[in-house]
Amino acid sequence: MLTDIAFWGFGLAAVLGGAAVFYVDSMARATYALALSFVAVGLQVLFLQQNYVGVVTILMMVMEMAIMAVYMVMFMGMNPALMPMSMVHGNRTAVAVAVTTFLVLATGILMVDWPARRGSPPSDVTMALGESLMGPKMLVMAVISPVMVATIVAGVVLAAHRTRYDRLGDDLKQRPADDPQPGGVGR
Amino acid sequence: MADPMPMTDSPITTVAPGWAIVGLAILGVLALTAAMLDGALAARAGGGPGGTMGGLVRPFGEAARLMRQRRRTTVEADGLLWRIGGAGLLVTAALMVTVVPLGEWTIFDLDVGVMWFNAMDVMVWALVWLTGWGANSAHSLVGGYRFLAHGLGYELPLMFALVAPAIAAESLNVGRVAAAQDGLWFAVWMPVAFLVYLLGVAAFAVWGPFSPAIGTDVAGGARAELSGVDRLVFEVGRYALLAAGAAFAVPMFLGGGAGPLLPDWAWVLVKTVALLAVLVWLRRRLPVFRPDKFMEVGWVVLLPAVLVQDLVVAVIAVGRS
Repeated sequence: MLTDIAFWGFGLAAVLGGAAVFYVDSMARATYALALSFVAVGLQVLFLQQNYVGVVTILMMVMEMAIMAVYMVMFMGMNPALMPMSMVHGNRTAVAVAVTTFLVLATGILMVDWPARRGSPPSDVTMALGESLMGPKMLVMAVISPVMVATIVAGVVLAAHRTRYDRLGDDLKQRPADDPQPGGVGR
Repeated sequence: MADPMPMTDSPITTVAPGWAIVGLAILGVLALTAAMLDGALAARAGGGPGGTMGGLVRPFGEAARLMRQRRRTTVEADGLLWRIGGAGLLVTAALMVTVVPLGEWTIFDLDVGVMWFNAMDVMVWALVWLTGWGANSAHSLVGGYRFLAHGLGYELPLMFALVAPAIAAESLNVGRVAAAQDGLWFAVWMPVAFLVYLLGVAAFAVWGPFSPAIGTDVAGGARAELSGVDRLVFEVGRYALLAAGAAFAVPMFLGGGAGPLLPDWAWVLVKTVALLAVLVWLRRRLPVFRPDKFMEVGWVVLLPAVLVQDLVVAVIAVGRS
């Protein structure tokens, strides 16, 4: 009973936190309302006995929102977003899309013939979730991750304005490197 | 619906929730001990009335002064976020120690306790920045950004430092990690992870080398506009974070309650106080890390070092099993 109330309470907090993102008038409040929403979701996941997934959700989302707040304040405003500003635009289209999406999804939930539970949950549901998600595709995942990292690095290298010749001179012999932002190791 | 977080079969006994009050009291005493020691060290370094012993009572005088101080207000401050940031540090520290076993007892025997601690220390990113943001003051905002810049440098090494004991113990449960150090403490055979962890503790307590976020060169940084009780709670939160970090190191690296003569719980406290004293003492022994320069130190030196440490630990763990 108590766990049911707590579960639905966190669900409500998650939805209200998500709604607050569009209601508040500051980038900092919007970002941290979203963080609050994610924390509530993470706590809900703990009730599904996916302890690892729940705690990692809280960890990653708080970290991500702390960084995102910086970018939001930097880029999302006109002045930049140090002043109060509206979090919504294109209201009429947005409301139409939101209502339609909600109706379609809600209809789907009500129409679908939900399956009854077969068997009982395994003792370690986190392990079971991981195996059903990744199990036969582990090799693919293991190959994809270095490819993804290489793609990110290559993307940053291609996008960077300055090259190693700017840093180290035409013969790459200039030490320490000429950086606009010197680092602590003196490379 | 099932009960959340079933308790695992670990070597630890979970105590009734009411004992959380005792846990909080111990955290408070540890934080006070750290503050008194820092007061004594400050008095020894800077002189002042009463000498070194007089410094021991400085925290009490400072607390009394702050409690009588009028609250400073700023124009267009975001009061809600400001208060959440200032008060959150203490709450976070309290949540951290819930998973730390005191000998054989713990309040919250979570099977992923190490991750829980990690999630709590990431909370500090948000809280310090919110403290800086809320006041609507340029200096305190600069302080908040400085902390995030440090965070980008210290957090990943700290995470991978926490990975090493978990790999060796083959568990994320704090009690099991402590029990896995039978005879040989993890601090002995994974020294790099231990040192990086201690650096991380200093960092999330905004302590010593990681204090530019509240530095005097930016008029107090994130806490520039904090006054009265708000400032007192913020400072208590920092000391409590330092104490919680030291307490968590005991089951992770220092063998938990293992030791001769004394009972387990006493050894946990002795080790925590010893480590806390070292952390407090380091404040005056290490130079401040500039946030912009520390980024490269974190990524070019600390992160590879701690990854190599993890590799060594993993190879040894595989070889043993």
